[in-house]
Amino acid sequence: MGSFLHRHRSLTPYLLLAPGMLWLAIFFLVPMVFLGYQSLQSGLFPHFQFTWEFSNFSSALSGYHTQLVRSFVYAGIATLACLVLAYPLAYWIAFRAGPWRNLFLLFIVAPFFVTYLVRTLAWLNILADQGPVVRVLRDVHVLGPDGRLLATTFAVVAGITYNFFPFMALPLYVSLEQIDPRLLEASKDLYASSTQSFLRVTVPHSMPGIVAGTLLTFIPAAGDFINAALLGTPNQAMIGNVIQAKFLESLDYPTAASLSFILMGTIMVMLLI
Amino acid sequence: MTTAAETLARPARVGFASRAWRFVARHSLTVYALLAVAYLMLPIAIVILFSFNHPTGRFNYVWHKFTFDNWIHWNSVLGIQSALEKSLEIALLATFVATALGTLIALAIVRHRFVGRGATNVVVFLPMSTPEIVMGSSLLALFLNEQNTIQLGFWTIFIAHVMFIISFVVVTVKARLIGFDRHLEEAAMDLGANEWTTFQKVTLPLLAPAIIAAALLGFALSIDDFVITYLNAGPVQTFPIFVWGVARVAVPPQVNVVASAIFLVAIGLGLANVVWQYRAAKSTRGGT
Repeated sequence: MGSFLHRHRSLTPYLLLAPGMLWLAIFFLVPMVFLGYQSLQSGLFPHFQFTWEFSNFSSALSGYHTQLVRSFVYAGIATLACLVLAYPLAYWIAFRAGPWRNLFLLFIVAPFFVTYLVRTLAWLNILADQGPVVRVLRDVHVLGPDGRLLATTFAVVAGITYNFFPFMALPLYVSLEQIDPRLLEASKDLYASSTQSFLRVTVPHSMPGIVAGTLLTFIPAAGDFINAALLGTPNQAMIGNVIQAKFLESLDYPTAASLSFILMGTIMVMLLI
Repeated sequence: MTTAAETLARPARVGFASRAWRFVARHSLTVYALLAVAYLMLPIAIVILFSFNHPTGRFNYVWHKFTFDNWIHWNSVLGIQSALEKSLEIALLATFVATALGTLIALAIVRHRFVGRGATNVVVFLPMSTPEIVMGSSLLALFLNEQNTIQLGFWTIFIAHVMFIISFVVVTVKARLIGFDRHLEEAAMDLGANEWTTFQKVTLPLLAPAIIAAALLGFALSIDDFVITYLNAGPVQTFPIFVWGVARVAVPPQVNVVASAIFLVAIGLGLANVVWQYRAAKSTRGGT
């Protein structure tokens, strides 16, 4: 074996790659082809036939463009909220936390250790009609006497923001942490105010983190359906809710498949822009 | 600067409120960081707190009475124990396989120049940038088209989990390999070790922290996954699927118990790692 590898050194990388890449090819790439195949079928469960049914796409779009647009709007607001909330925290951890750095990083990822569905359900407790948050907001008249937070757009977007916060905070931290403090000193020496050195040195240098965090937050958020299902009503349904219901409840595989493709295609187009 | 601050502070006898305000102004970023962490911790605290609640009715939303009963009789809810066991089995198995496959890919990408390296990087990156619902539904499309031969259940979940964990393993191990000092391996070879011995005795131990980190990440991803699992589970219930089922009726406090237990184990491992890194950093600083 050893001597065989020695004689065919150029084969080594392919042997190392083979098992894992085969797995990804068979269970990630091939399924995409099947999804495409299914999206062009017609008929009713369980008798689907492949008929190059491109009208699936147009009818899916006309039927569910509301949910599609809503998904991107919610994901966009949540991503922006994550960026605004996470940046100062990541900044503090990178520049001010000192020995506490690792502990605070652990705090950031801690929500991941609680089952996704359970931590989303916890927001049900927090935002509940009888809960303290609603009571205070009613007392200060931000909410009307019957106002509620649950089953509103606010609850869904807040849930998404909370759940994907670490995806934003971690890349931000990584890029901020790599900034050479001497750059900031240099900008001070050149008489930049702290605002100027923040805007002209810190922010541009943390751009890779901002981009990575935005992608890591926006993409899963756009496909999410748990927050809308648990914290919202059908009026807050996102495209994920529709795809999931089409696949598992109404057994309308072709529509579900074409919606999946539309979701992915839209994200790809956004990535390229 | 200090003197200015002192002269400001000295006329003192100012009220507690204004002193507090000055403190806040000076440390506003720190205060913000603490508030942000409080925000992140709040739902976790609620989950743990309500695992000790003795709810009055079917709904565990309002605090009523403290009790240990839920922890003692955690498996008294039908289906919860088998769901947790399924989750653990799948997570262990999928993590093991995905860590092995992912580490090999990382070694190939970092150590070798070969035709198709760019394409490999793209294929590894794709699963991480695809919404879960799309991956889940495409796998389901594959399995449905082969429905005579493939039965949805344990093995389809396993296949799906290995698939989405691999990329994360590759990224984690790759990061470590890039900063890897190859002189150590060369030294081993100079001392007469062959490639396999070098790999076993030098490369693997040095990579171990990254491989362990990747495995922990994979395990966490697997045990927490709902979307992909739900689409490909058939009749099998993992813990998240069990929670989804009861969320539509009423969530028993035992769900909080299991989630809290998973959290405490994970955070325990995380804290141990933080302390270990802190000590390691201290000892190297002391050494030089």
